[in-house]
Amino acid sequence: MSVSIEVENVSKVFSMHYHRTLKQLSVGMVKRQETSKTFQALTDVSFTVEQGEAVGLMGLNGSGKSTLLKLINGVMKPDVGTIRTRGRIAGLIATGAGFQPQLSGRDNLFLNAAILGMNEAETKAKFDEIVDFADIGEFLDTPVSHYSSGMYARLGFSIAVHVDADVFLADEVLAVGDRPFKQKCMAKMQEIRSQGTTIFYVSHAAASVESMCDRILVLESGNLNYDSKVVPDGSVQGGIRYLHYDEPETDAGDEVSSGVSARSDAALGADI
Amino acid sequence: MSDVKGRRDNAAKRARVLSRTKAAMPVAPSLDGPRTERAVDAELESPVPKGGIVGVLQQPYLLRLLVRRQLAQQYAASLLGFLWSYIQPAFRFVVYFLIFGYVFKIHQGTPNFAIHLFCGIVFVHYFSETVNGGVRSIWSNRSLVKKMAMPREIFPVSSMLVAAYHTLPQFVLLSVICVVVGITPDWTGLAALLLGIAIIVVFSTAIALLLSAVNVYYRDFQNIVATLLQMIHFMVPMMYPISRIQQLGADHPVLYQLYMANPACQAVLLVQRFFWYGTNKHDGKAAGINGSGGFPPDMFLRGIITLVLSIVLLWLCQKAFSRLESKFPERI
Repeated sequence: MSVSIEVENVSKVFSMHYHRTLKQLSVGMVKRQETSKTFQALTDVSFTVEQGEAVGLMGLNGSGKSTLLKLINGVMKPDVGTIRTRGRIAGLIATGAGFQPQLSGRDNLFLNAAILGMNEAETKAKFDEIVDFADIGEFLDTPVSHYSSGMYARLGFSIAVHVDADVFLADEVLAVGDRPFKQKCMAKMQEIRSQGTTIFYVSHAAASVESMCDRILVLESGNLNYDSKVVPDGSVQGGIRYLHYDEPETDAGDEVSSGVSARSDAALGADI
Repeated sequence: MSDVKGRRDNAAKRARVLSRTKAAMPVAPSLDGPRTERAVDAELESPVPKGGIVGVLQQPYLLRLLVRRQLAQQYAASLLGFLWSYIQPAFRFVVYFLIFGYVFKIHQGTPNFAIHLFCGIVFVHYFSETVNGGVRSIWSNRSLVKKMAMPREIFPVSSMLVAAYHTLPQFVLLSVICVVVGITPDWTGLAALLLGIAIIVVFSTAIALLLSAVNVYYRDFQNIVATLLQMIHFMVPMMYPISRIQQLGADHPVLYQLYMANPACQAVLLVQRFFWYGTNKHDGKAAGINGSGGFPPDMFLRGIITLVLSIVLLWLCQKAFSRLESKFPERI
């Protein structure tokens, strides 16, 4: 087994600037207001992922999940610490990022695949497969500005999963598709997982993470507080329990629960 | 402490509800059978793409797609489309030709004034478009910059290529006109042409690279650039011969040096040395223009120094870009 992702003492600070124009800036300085403020998105995060591991990353909104994913994808550099990865990364940081509205689905497909590191021959070889999976059919040559948000996401996802990647990053972008498509995506991700690709999966859906991942990381306000590989007796369920995602619903939220994930969640709750 | 726990509980409750309703994800069973071991034949290295102009030029396929994307974006919902990149320089040419040629009677002392002017128009157009497109390039591609891992230098470089794509047919047109009028090319002229092109390409790329990064921080720069570029037409010898500037140099040496230090001015001079001077040469000597065609005698020396300085500038701009780049995601 070789190391696939190595994150060492990584911290990331964002600075927010309130005043943009010279006038605002000088007025702000006269009034002694803060002109900028920093925000610690990640604090001293360290972990290593072996090739072929499927890691679930959970945490509440604003806990630094997306920042961590962007750092691993190479969109951003950490302020402190190092991140090293092995092999090609395909990210679902945002499906359809960089789609050009005026270009057709076909042109966008080629462009997006190229950004993800596929060359022309590779894209052509996988073209039919990608289009089939995305199920956009007759809209292939329509500018993507006419696509529905579901079609947009389907095309983006389809391109990303067909990159022959060594590391696959998935953010909560799958929330856009309808249920059959989500089912198809999860099945595809299981397939990718079985091929030995490292998976980094960000989601709030506890049951989905449980079925997909071997290991769980929980971020809380930028701190890595639970790593099922490091914590004694750690497990994926343990991480979900740590986040209190498994508690049965006591309020009106219960009424809307339906489908597989809700049932599994309930089953999980009975587990403790 | 209980406050933190309460907050966490509430947030967890919200997330639970969300995961059941909006973000509900179906569960797919893991596949049977043993998992394949994937041997990755690569080094453990930083995921940040290797940037730099050099890294960008090693990805010609991606660069080509980005240029095509930029062109599609530029001509979306436009009836005349590609023609627009000719209408503007053509219009400018006609106005300058009439005003400076006929009203100021420049063409009397300058044979083939049209070619003299057109050389300037073509190369200044390339320069303005590279810088103008380059300064906006990162900001206008912010959706890509924010979410995808790719060397960011690729955006100013593709703006430069878009400008070249627009200018190349004009350059061909200039060559055809010179052949029709009758050009006598010589090796000195050819060397001047290549030197001129090298200066303008390197210099405009350096400026585009630096300003594209600075413009992310302060969007004022795209307006500053647009304002300054309006003056560039008057700062190169195309509507008037360089001899006018040399006359000025006798009284105002500082102004003369400033004028001559402009790389765009030198590039235009060097290009005119090939095209315009070439068409005025019959029987081995230039007709109607005295001596070396009024070109400054130190033109080549200046040109070589400027090229070297432009390459150093490009390297410095690359350094500055790499520094500014790290804060892009939070500034956009």
